[in-house]
Amino acid sequence: MADQTRAPIYEALKKYRADRIVPFDVPGHKMGRGNPELTEFLGKNCMSADVNSSKPLDNLCHPVSVIKEAESLAAEAFGAGNAFLIVNGTTAAVQAMILAAAKRGDKIIMPRNVHRSAINALILSGAIPVYVNPEVNRELGIPLGMTPENVEDAIKRHPDAKAVFVNNPTYYGICSDIKRIAELAHAHGMLLLADEAHGTHFYFGDGLPISGMAAGADMSAVSMHKSGGSLTQSSFLLTAAGVNEGYVRQIINLMQTTSGSYLLMSSLDISRRNLALHGREIFAKVRGYAEYMRSEINDIGGYYAFSKELCDGGAIYDFDVTKLSVHTREIGLAGIEVYDILRDRYGIQIEFGDIGNILAYVSIGDRELYLDRLIGALNDIKRVCSKDKTGMLNVEYIDPVVRVSPQQAFYGSRIAVPVEKSAGRICGEFVMCYPPGIPILAPGEEITPEILDYIRYAGEKGCFLTGTQDLEIKYIMVMDEGQQFPV
Amino acid sequence: MELWFTENHSENVRFSVRIDKPLYSEQSPYQRIDVFETPEFGRMLTLDGYVMITQKDEFIYHDMIVHVPMAVKKNVEKVLVIGAGDGGTIRELCRYGSVKHIDLVEIDGAVIRVCREFFPEMTASLDDERVTVNIEDGLRFVRHKKNEYDLIIVDSTDPFGPGEGLFTREFYGNCYNALTDDGVLVNQHESAFYENDAKAMCRAHERLRSVFEVHRVYQAHIPTYASGHWLFGFASKGLDPIKDLDAEYWESLGIKTRYYNTELHRGCFALPNYVIERLGGGKEQ
Repeated sequence: MADQTRAPIYEALKKYRADRIVPFDVPGHKMGRGNPELTEFLGKNCMSADVNSSKPLDNLCHPVSVIKEAESLAAEAFGAGNAFLIVNGTTAAVQAMILAAAKRGDKIIMPRNVHRSAINALILSGAIPVYVNPEVNRELGIPLGMTPENVEDAIKRHPDAKAVFVNNPTYYGICSDIKRIAELAHAHGMLLLADEAHGTHFYFGDGLPISGMAAGADMSAVSMHKSGGSLTQSSFLLTAAGVNEGYVRQIINLMQTTSGSYLLMSSLDISRRNLALHGREIFAKVRGYAEYMRSEINDIGGYYAFSKELCDGGAIYDFDVTKLSVHTREIGLAGIEVYDILRDRYGIQIEFGDIGNILAYVSIGDRELYLDRLIGALNDIKRVCSKDKTGMLNVEYIDPVVRVSPQQAFYGSRIAVPVEKSAGRICGEFVMCYPPGIPILAPGEEITPEILDYIRYAGEKGCFLTGTQDLEIKYIMVMDEGQQFPV
Repeated sequence: MELWFTENHSENVRFSVRIDKPLYSEQSPYQRIDVFETPEFGRMLTLDGYVMITQKDEFIYHDMIVHVPMAVKKNVEKVLVIGAGDGGTIRELCRYGSVKHIDLVEIDGAVIRVCREFFPEMTASLDDERVTVNIEDGLRFVRHKKNEYDLIIVDSTDPFGPGEGLFTREFYGNCYNALTDDGVLVNQHESAFYENDAKAMCRAHERLRSVFEVHRVYQAHIPTYASGHWLFGFASKGLDPIKDLDAEYWESLGIKTRYYNTELHRGCFALPNYVIERLGGGKEQ
């Protein structure tokens, strides 16, 4: 058992600062002295930790000392074979995972409600997605997890697939039976990849869903900066004991910066230490906050803050009780409308609103008094803004028709057409509501009239649509008529 | 030896009171509570270093936060008081025979305990059988009430500490819901003179105005509060603080006061121009 009270990168930075090393290397601001305005804004401590790789501080691309030690400590804390510090966001961790598992033409089984980073990785690698229909809860209008039966079916239809990709959990806190899915994947010689962007706390808290590594995942992307408390853009890629460490590092280095930020790396180091030492109490507290808010919000009436009662042993195998997702359609407001009202009138910024739900992020940083502000605001919004709910769109899962691989569609010959005239064409780019950043359309998929209805409705309700080359989303890139590629 | 208590009224202005002796000090889970004996003001309570009440001038604050609404909204029966752990507001309310029930909601039980010990003449009314003391967050308490109170008095600290939630739109909205159809809300409304206080005053005014049909600001002269010129807010679903003032009714109650009278009631809503401008060009005034 290594000493989890250690934080090697943090300690090395403190020593580096105390040693008063004279910097004739990058960055040019030289511990802040060259940029007084920025130093005034961010603070001297922050600027003096923004330093370059060097012998005492190790090198992220080829770690041999303090970064290596920090990674070993993280691997142990998460119960993984190896851990890699990631400073290009969990996006980079997801991409590294997919690029390490599937090459051009390889198949990868995944639910359609993956984050855009997963499909981005398919564009980069040329791998082909085999989508498993995530079940949809019709009442709430949210995509769920994959049932082991559906995964098994996909495996049988595509026995040559290289990996199965699982969200653990989804943005809404829904978990699939990842353990059973891992067994199925392994029984058929496939890898199990876990997107745990929203699952860092599963590794440390009690009474939470099983973590990817504990369930037998081969690789997992863990967003430390979400529930783990580190700085934005910092993350871990975890791999199981049998996975080739050197190869995974090569893949990471294909795209990750060679100037790894020590602010991000030290934040990972300190946050890992904090979670290893105090994670259990921290997440018991967060869980208590979320449970309190859920029960108070459900008392208001009209709102539905859902939780474990949804679990059905299938597509909702487990639920992350630290997530505060609230269904708002019964008061006649789209989630995105509640999201906007909360910010504009009450000064409360929540994580996201979609067509039928809002999600408030409850965490390590919350103060008890603020919990009641959100509850009080929801109570007041119901009093002032609730409307008749007729005419609101019922969201259904729209089964994507994958006509060509994402890479072929993205790099193929494309033309821009007006969105409303795009039905029947093959999409050449992404269309997303952000957050949660799950594509409505991905490259290679057929554009159907029902998808266009959904895009129009989401836009009307104030969703932030992204992904297209045309920033106003009036035009959409589709594959040129003349070109047809078989999958 | 000289002992002085100093409060920063702004970053560049200090207000000091000579201290005879410090009587008590405690860090509660919410704030620092101190009680001093002073030669000029008698006993003085401070929270997080800000003067809350002194024996010498508390009558001004408590007269104005209670009697102004009570002379407009007649025969008040049920009252919700938020904050006010010192008991002064409750003491004034208990002088009205029409009042049948008072819910006092104070987030910090330590304030009540300390005031009971050092300000027994102010807190005596907390034992009145009509009073229920609730140690709870006001924002949380009021959310569960509907169409219940004739009057809500928000006797809060400044919006920079535990009182922050009591200056929010969600709180005012939930209060609206908790009031009866012609109910009234009165609150401590900061001051217009120093910049930080003035900003808080404007925010409170905007939020109250967005929730209530009527919102008016009135003033009093309170020597120990920053600038000495302090404001209160009067919000209602229709009652106007001047047109609906029933001076005869109030005078018939025979309540003897040292600051408030019905002539002053009419005058205290007449604001200086710089305050009117700060509040948004006098649209509402």
